[in-house]
Amino acid sequence: MGFENNDKAKGYWRENLRLVLSLLAIWAAVSFGCGILLVDVLNEVHFMGFKLGFWFAQQGSMYVFVALIFVYAAKANALDKKYNVQED
Amino acid sequence: MDVQTLTYIIVGLSFALYIGIAIWSRAGSTKEFYVAGGGVHPVVNGMATAADWMSAASFISLAGIVSFVGYDGSVYLMGWTGGYVLLALCMAPYLRKFGKFTVPDFVGERYYSQAARTVAVICAIFICFTYIAGQMRGVGVVFSRFLEVDVDTGVYIGMAVVFFYAVLGGMKGITYTQVAQYCVLIFAFMVPAIFLSVMMTGHIIPQIGFGAQLLDAAGNNSGVYLLEKLNNVSTELGFAPYTDGSKSMIDVFCITGALMVGTAGLPHVIVRFFTVPKVKDARISAGWALVFIAIMYTTVPALAAFSRVNMIETINGPDAKGVAYESAPDWIKNWEKTGLIKWNDKNGDGKIYYSSGKIEDAASKNEMKIDNDIIVLATPEIANLPAWVIALVAAGGLAAALSTSAGLLLVISTSVSHDLLKKNLMPNISDKKELMFARLAAGVGIVIAGYFGVNPPGFVAAVVAFAFGLAASSLFPAIIMGIFSKTMNKEGAIAGMLTGLLFTAGYIIYFKFVNPADNVAANWFLGISPEGIGMVGMLVNFGVAALVSRVTTATPQHVQEMVESIRFPKGSGEASGH
Repeated sequence: MGFENNDKAKGYWRENLRLVLSLLAIWAAVSFGCGILLVDVLNEVHFMGFKLGFWFAQQGSMYVFVALIFVYAAKANALDKKYNVQED
Repeated sequence: MDVQTLTYIIVGLSFALYIGIAIWSRAGSTKEFYVAGGGVHPVVNGMATAADWMSAASFISLAGIVSFVGYDGSVYLMGWTGGYVLLALCMAPYLRKFGKFTVPDFVGERYYSQAARTVAVICAIFICFTYIAGQMRGVGVVFSRFLEVDVDTGVYIGMAVVFFYAVLGGMKGITYTQVAQYCVLIFAFMVPAIFLSVMMTGHIIPQIGFGAQLLDAAGNNSGVYLLEKLNNVSTELGFAPYTDGSKSMIDVFCITGALMVGTAGLPHVIVRFFTVPKVKDARISAGWALVFIAIMYTTVPALAAFSRVNMIETINGPDAKGVAYESAPDWIKNWEKTGLIKWNDKNGDGKIYYSSGKIEDAASKNEMKIDNDIIVLATPEIANLPAWVIALVAAGGLAAALSTSAGLLLVISTSVSHDLLKKNLMPNISDKKELMFARLAAGVGIVIAGYFGVNPPGFVAAVVAFAFGLAASSLFPAIIMGIFSKTMNKEGAIAGMLTGLLFTAGYIIYFKFVNPADNVAANWFLGISPEGIGMVGMLVNFGVAALVSRVTTATPQHVQEMVESIRFPKGSGEASGH
């Protein structure tokens, strides 16, 4: 067992799930949300020469995906340190 | 120098580089053959993953598809990148901590069941074979056009090269070769895109040129945005507006979902994250992979839009009434020879003209049939770019096809030697024998792939939908539940995988093979096309698994403990404890 006690193990997993779920919420919002479900509404807005919904579908969502993974990696590593379960 | 000679030189140099690397980094042990000795830096691994991922289909066909369907093409752009977020957040770190070689390893141990392992092995092998069939064909097409050999010869040359570095090099050789291939393919993809962006909009970054105003003949801003122009031209010619597309929202939603989830369930992508030294590296490695993929995938829609405008203007001429065939540019005649462009002078005026509708249909004014696959390969010619750019694009297409084939072959050989023989049929096999069988399986894999390259099944696009649908509806849910639920038992997982698989396979087989005439929106379940049905298959899998696990025996204690232990990084073994 890598954790000092059971509560710590539960706490770590709870925080990890919260982190993953909140990032996945952004993931779904930019792709399924802005790029698909809301595309017609957002297309009324113009952004750098693009219709905004179209931009999310063919550009924006991909930039956000990249950022999400780097944010996740940094936060997950910090979480490991907080609970002292990082690799040696 | 002419295009021909330049192509020989550039393609020859790139091949010498790949083979040199493969010989330099030959694998000596089973461990190295499977997972590159576990010592691959995350950035290197990310780059190799990107090369593995970007196939001949992405390099050659994707921009062409987006160019023809506009907004509808977003499903591929978001689907094939969004899957990496799922991989990084929900799978890679945990599978790396688990620390075995393959996806069936995980499924077999997590669900303490030989049957579950076997189902996973079958899915993995099937998915890889459907994929690789298209790759060898891609190699053949590129060779046949640029080296002026016939497609079959192109396929044989490709088989020999892949054999060299996949079979002799193993994962170690492949990883470093793929880094070289990534560099070649991304350079080859970016150069024409940057050229076009500067020529048409004056912006050096294609992603910005994509949204910018077009330049007029004198090089000043014309006041017309590229996308605005595309929408106008598309509407005039009878197409749907470029930025709107014509697929229904629910279909776009489901296809995007199926491709995302399918990406995260593809065995040759997942296996990449077993090869990094630490859990921490698995997380960041997925990020780097996506950076390298996104460089190309965000350029794809820009290139698609540039080529579309360019192509329509070249064919229909400045007055939009068509251009006389005699004075048409060479690329049209060159590609006509390959059969990928067809001209049918319906009104007999001797002019080529492009619009919506089929060329066989007398009611439509369209006289040109243009295959998706030529857009990327022909763009340098369409835009009159220098000959070395054309040669470079050929080398890039080959790099893409070869890197993906090699990665897939490795998964096939691992699945056969490790999952099927060592873990199933011949448990006492020695390391040396296992390595021999792995190489043998890769050899057999190449021959089968080559066979499909020479005799293409004629339904490559349909089979690709198949591969993603199956990955989404079988492997992905099994892995996710294996990590995030301690109570999911073997009965639930197997029932889920089988129902997901049968449902998805049945739906696709019915509409694609049994009764293709019925394959129209009105007959689809909730308006979801076979390409998107994997999303529903995934939900079916989750639902059935949850129900079945409720009414069957609980997961054994030692498996529950294993699940707890993969959830945090501390104590991860070396990348490949055997």
